[in-house]
Order: sequence, then structure tokens, then C-alpha cells
Amino acid sequence: MATRHQKTLARFMVAPSVLLLLGWMIVPLAMTLWFSFQSYNLLSPGMEQFIGWTNYKYFLSDPAFWQAMTNTLLIVIGVLVITVGGGILLALLLDQPIMGQGVVRILMIAPFFIMPTVSALVWKNMFMNPVNGLFAWVAKAVGAQPVDFLAQYPLMSIIGIVAWQWLPFATLILLTALQSLDSEQMEAAEMDGASAWAKFTHLVLPHLSRAITVVILIETIFLLSVFAEILVTTNGGPGYASTNLTYLVYSQALLQYDVGGASAGGIIAVILANIVAIFLMRMIGKTLE
Amino acid sequence: MARKVSDTRRWTFTILAWGVALAIFFPILWTILTSFKSEADAIASPPKFLFFNWTLENYAEVQSRSPYFRHFLNSVIISVGSTLLGLLFAIPAAWSMAFQPAKRTKDLLMWMLSTKMMPAAGVLIPMYLLFRSSGLLDTRIGITVVLMLINLPIITWMLYTYFREIPGEILEAARMDGASLGKEILYVLTPMAVPGIASTLLLNVILAWNEAFWTLNLTTSKAAPLTTFIASYSSPEGLFYAKLSAASTMAIAPILILGWFSQKQLVRGLTFGAVK
Amino acid sequence: MGSITLKQVRKAFGEVEVIPGVDLQINDGEFVVFVGPSGCGKSTLLRLIAGLEDVTSGQILIDGQDVTHAAPAKRKLAMVFQSYALYPHMSVRKNIAFPLKMAGMDAAEQDRRVGHAAGILNLTDYLERRPGQLSGGQRQRVAIGRAIVREPSAFLFDEPLSNLDAALRVNMRVEISELHKKLATTMVYVTHDQVEAMTMADKIVVLRAGRVEQVGSPLELYRNPANRFVAGFIGSPNMNFLEGEVASRMGAHAIGVRPGHFRMSTSDGLLPGTVGVAEHLGSDTFLHVDLDGGTHVIARAEGEFPVHHGDRIWLTPQEGRIYRFNDKGLSL
Repeated sequence: MATRHQKTLARFMVAPSVLLLLGWMIVPLAMTLWFSFQSYNLLSPGMEQFIGWTNYKYFLSDPAFWQAMTNTLLIVIGVLVITVGGGILLALLLDQPIMGQGVVRILMIAPFFIMPTVSALVWKNMFMNPVNGLFAWVAKAVGAQPVDFLAQYPLMSIIGIVAWQWLPFATLILLTALQSLDSEQMEAAEMDGASAWAKFTHLVLPHLSRAITVVILIETIFLLSVFAEILVTTNGGPGYASTNLTYLVYSQALLQYDVGGASAGGIIAVILANIVAIFLMRMIGKTLE
Repeated sequence: MARKVSDTRRWTFTILAWGVALAIFFPILWTILTSFKSEADAIASPPKFLFFNWTLENYAEVQSRSPYFRHFLNSVIISVGSTLLGLLFAIPAAWSMAFQPAKRTKDLLMWMLSTKMMPAAGVLIPMYLLFRSSGLLDTRIGITVVLMLINLPIITWMLYTYFREIPGEILEAARMDGASLGKEILYVLTPMAVPGIASTLLLNVILAWNEAFWTLNLTTSKAAPLTTFIASYSSPEGLFYAKLSAASTMAIAPILILGWFSQKQLVRGLTFGAVK
Repeated sequence: MGSITLKQVRKAFGEVEVIPGVDLQINDGEFVVFVGPSGCGKSTLLRLIAGLEDVTSGQILIDGQDVTHAAPAKRKLAMVFQSYALYPHMSVRKNIAFPLKMAGMDAAEQDRRVGHAAGILNLTDYLERRPGQLSGGQRQRVAIGRAIVREPSAFLFDEPLSNLDAALRVNMRVEISELHKKLATTMVYVTHDQVEAMTMADKIVVLRAGRVEQVGSPLELYRNPANRFVAGFIGSPNMNFLEGEVASRMGAHAIGVRPGHFRMSTSDGLLPGTVGVAEHLGSDTFLHVDLDGGTHVIARAEGEFPVHHGDRIWLTPQEGRIYRFNDKGLSL
């Protein structure tokens, strides 16, 4: 709704951002695609040649790839389940009349602001370390054998660390949504004789659905490419036990210098992300209207 | 009308909530406490909570062993720089999408968001090679531009949602009152948008400060921000808990404080206005 | 001076034609009300005059000058918006002074004019407050103040009272009418409320689907509606329409009778029916009657008329007060 002059101006003002993002998407992606059909190793420069689908065949037949794929999905799903489930419980708890709610909120949100390298290192050394870590001390104090978390349960440990970082985020958003629930609605339900559980499933959960969708969307964006936590704690190991797709591509490219193979992995990661993205965009397209 | 809450109920929930909050916060608290211990106290068994010889020597040591403040400065320059640069591009874009929406505006916004979905792994290799051949590897300008590109969709989205809450009639009123586009932006739009721009800035500084894929891959020492610096403690320094804690505390303290200030805006910012 | 002339003004949004071509003459000093149901294009027409939208074709003249392509600020018009559109970060004083500041007026003159406007509008005590601290009626007055300080050649009002509660609306209606008498400046006023139109206007423009259905003074429209739409829209409660045999007996496709134009009887008359709801207001009695043919009508009696739910009643339209329409809805 406006005059023609303003519309022209408006197009002109959107253009720089769009062009930048377009460039940022297309140029490197095209290069990755190109490299993925090349035999290209940084250790043997000048030997590049077109090798068709070989990189993909190699990558897809590598058991490490399937493990990385599984790990990627396990991390996303695991963290989502913990944070959304835990987030709902914590949001319900914080919505109760408690004393010092402001301070409680501040304490709970804190992990979200901790940089991934710090939280990974702190958990790895000061908590999960089998000799000096706090968990080891607790185990010994109750007479149990200390567990070497990162060696024995590397993926679960990483999921735990990442979930600790994202739980506050989910809690905060769900709490905000919860507080916008119309109290008259709840009172009406009470007048209608609804039990606490019925109120939760029929009023609270539907009211939270939009917020839950948003939490899933945003977390998925970040969780698909968990990297620093793996790099700092396990280096993807032992073996490939805690390698996700992002880390696999990184190690293929920058540790083994196999640009061609890594590029094929990158393209596969893009395809995977797109499949997930289509689902998610459908989902938020509906709820954000 | 608030209902009367029984005391037992209130106390139960209070204790429960505080317990959970302290448990969640504990790793951070423990890190801060440990940063004031001697290395021996840091790994003492049983652990010492408050009764140890408080010392600042770890902080001095961290700075002397590697130039902490250079990395701190890098973090500030990179996170603030990339956000300001992003705002430069995003403000005009968000303005026109919010006030002059076209048929495709919604699609355009969705597309912008979808670029955030592209996994970094898909573009890591060309970016790395481009950076290497053009000498941008380990430079502040290089990493700043990359972080700007990463956060541009979020900055645009956030601004868009803030701008959209400014009623279009007000801008029309300004136009009727004789304000040119420049004056309209200067006297009417900007003052009304300042809170939105400020929280966008704050949140994106936080996101950029903590970004740990591109910073780890594209910087090593000269331009390395705190994320990379801390990762270098991975081994073997990581086993010196007190020093690790001191370095960590310094890396997280500024952003933790900023974050606490912005927690209200965080929700609506990161949910693109979908949750307020 | 403030005469506004529209010549074949047409507006289309893409394929959708909102205003198919309007000719209209608004004379200097007139209070003109655009009225019609929502979506009839009355706001769009106002925004075209304001210059907030481009006309697709046609011409707009203000005081004889072609302003079709002039920027809003160059048209010497002031507008009061539905949401008031006050600048929330400025005090009342700064809000009112804003157009003067934009015009580059010196500060002393700005102060003088703001003071004058505030005096007229009873805002003198509120000049340092922010819009957020004011009531709805006060905000409305600030918006009007911002419009009058510019001494425009015409005022445009876009449903200015629709955000106020009923009692306040009546007060503001009177205030705006008085303001018009005081300033004697052209005012163009958009509303969907026919009561506002009837009480305030010198000239009413009834719009439907972007077309002008009729232009005239309130009483002209009330007495001689051009068609069934105008007849049904003007007057409250709405005119009753009767079709079928009653109408054809009078040589029309449909006849219209205003609620006040029935003679009522509990024993005999032209149209027998049963009383549904009876609203006894003391000064008037409104009866919702289900006629035996199945038509539902509203009838008004002055003073008290003692019937109740379920009573039988006979209604007879008063001679000379019956409107007749043909099958195209046009008045006969």
C-alpha cells in the first residue's frame, strides 16, 4: 500500500542483503559441488582431475559416513527430546508462585550464554575426567567405579553437554509462552471441572505448540552442525563413535586434506539438511502465520 | 485476581525451583570458584567448595602465558564488527520488507532463514581454500565478514519483526506532516526502532561471540577470538584446572552479563517474534 | 481555501479494481462524509486524496491545481488517522509542533500556534505528557491538534472515532462539529457509522464497492434515497423492506417503510403479525414483529405502547411515507 516511488526504493533497499546471501549460498556451494567430482588432495597439488561419482561412492560406502549420519540424527533428536521435555517441566515449575523467581531465571538461563568451547572443556575436564573430575569423586564417594564418560559413552556425553547448553533456551521460550496463557481460560476450564492433567493436555500443550515448534526449528538449525563440542572433547572418537557429519567433513578436509571426498560429504550434508529443512519450514510456515 | 496460595505449596515449589536452578548453574559456579584456587586445591579430593586459599595468580598466569587481552579484543572486534556490518545491510532491507511488503516478501524472508539451514560443512572447504589463497585466513576482517553473513538472516528477521510493530499509519502521518524520507527515518522511525535495533545488536553480539565453527576453522592465532583461544586449552593445559577455569571465566563473564541484561529480548528475538 | 475535485479517479491494486472511477466535487468549507460498509473503498478514496496512494488514472484537483502526482506534504492537507498515529516518543507539545518543525517554522511561532491549538482543544495541561499517558479522547484531540496547527486547506479524517467508547464518541462528534463551525475549513470525514454521517455532514457521499451510490445532504438522503442500498443504509434502525404481494399491490418490486412510519394497532390493520421482542425504552418502544408472511420488521412507537412477547399486532404503513423500489433496487 503505497506510492510507486516508494516501492522502487524498497526493492532497491532489499537488494544488497539478498545479493550478499545469494552470493554466500551459491558461490561456495557451486565450488563444493565442483570439487566433489574431482580427485583433489591438498597434499598433492596440481594433480586434480575429474573422477565423476567416485568421491560419492567412496564416501557413501565408508562405514564412517553411516555412523556419522546416525550420530548427527541422534544428537539432534536426543538433545531435542531432553530440552523440549525438560523445558516444559521446568517452565511449568517456574510458572508456579516461587520466591526469588528473577534470580532463579537468571541462574537457569546462564548456560545458554556460555561459549561452546568453554562448556565442552569444563565438562570434559572438571566433571567427566575419570581421575580428577567431580563425577569421579562422587562415584568414589558412594563406593562405585568412576566412569570414563567420554571414552565409554562419548556420544551420550556430548548429547548431555549440548543439552545442558540448550535446555535454558527451551525453558525460557516455553516459560514466556506459558505466561501468555489466558488465566480466564484456565478458570473457565476449572469451572467446567477439568482436572490438572486435562488442563495440561487440552489447554497448556496446545497453547505451547507454537513455541515448541519454534524451539525445535531453532535448535535443529544449530544442532545439525554441532562441532566445537566434538572437536574439544573427543575429536570424534573413539573411532567414529562421536563423529557427526560436520565433524567428518572437517576431518576429511582439514586433517586428511582430501578436498574431493570432503566436498562429496559436504554436499550430502546439504542434502540431508534440506530434507530436514523442508519439514521444518512447512511446520513453521503454518504456525508462524 | 491472584489466588491465595498455600504456604506449603509455595515452599515446595520454591525449594524445588532453586534446587534445579542451582544444579543447572553449578558447572558455571564451579568454574568460577576453581579459577580462584591453587592448582593443588583445584584437584583436591574431596573437592573444596568455599574454604580454600583464594588467589588471583591464575588470572595473571593466563595473561602472561598467552596474550589473553589480544584474544579478548579480537572477540570484541569480530562480534561487534560483524553485527554492525550486518545491521548496515539489514536495516534498509527490514525497513522495506516491513513497510513496503510485496507479494514475495514472506517467501523472501523464509528463504533468508533457510540459508541459515545450510550446513557449514557444505561450504567449509571452498571458504577455507578461498581464504587461504586470498590471505584472509586468520585475519579479523575475513572472519568478521563470514560471521556477518551467517547472522544476516537472523538480524534481518529480528529487525523485521520489530519494525512491523511500528504502525504504518505513523509513518504516513509523518509524510502528511511534511517529513521527507530522510526526516521520516531520522525523527520518527529511528527513535521508535531504537529499542528493537538495540536488542538485535545485543543478541547478535552474543551469538557472534560464541560462534565456534568458523572461528575455529578460519582463525588460528593472530585473529583468534576467545573461542579459539579456549580450544587451545584442550590439551594439555586443560589438565591445569585452575588456569583453565580462569581463562574460561574471563571468556564467558562479559557475555554472561550482557546476556542476563538481554534475556527478555532474547525470547522474542530468537523466535522471530513468534513468542513474546 | 479548500475545494477538492475528483475527475474520473480510478484505483486498482494489481488486477483488483477498488475504485472504478469517481467524480466528486467538494466545496470550500464543506463538511463531507464518506460513508459505506467496510470494504466499500471509502478509506482508499481518502488516501488517494491525501496522496498516500497513487491514483491509477484520473485527476485530483485541490483549489483548481492538479495535485494528482504531488507528494502528500505538498497538498496542504492534514489527516487524522484511525489509530491517531501519534509519535509515541514525543511529548504532546512536540507531536503538535512536528508539522511546523518540518515546515521549518521558527520556534516562537511554533510555540504560539501550539499554545493556541492546545487552548482550543483543552490540552494545555497535558503538553508535556507522552501519548502513552493520555486517554483515548485526549489522544484523539492531540491528533486533531497536530492537524489544525498547520492551518491546512482541508482536513481528512479516517474513522477517527472508531477506537473510542460510545459515550466519548458522542462527545467527540460534537467537538469536531464545533471545530468545523469555528474553523470553517473543508473537512472530509470517513466513517462506516451512518449516525456520525447524519449528524455531522453538510454533504454525505454514500459508497458501495468503490462506486458513489448517492451524494446529498443528510435529509435529502433520508427523504429521497436513490436506491434500496442508500435507503437501507441511512436511518436507524434500518428501513424495513417488504416484497411480494404487498409490494406489487403498490406497483413496486419492493417497498420500504422506516420503523417510525407504521401505525400500530392491537385489533386491525394492513399487516398482521406477532410481537417477538419488545424493547420499552420509555421515550420509545421498539417492537420486533414477525409478520404472518414470514418477514421480520422493526416498528417504533413513540412513548409507551403496551404489548409484550407473543401478542398479536397489526401494522399499517403511513400514507406518503412508503418508499417504492423496482426489481433493480432503484427508487420509483
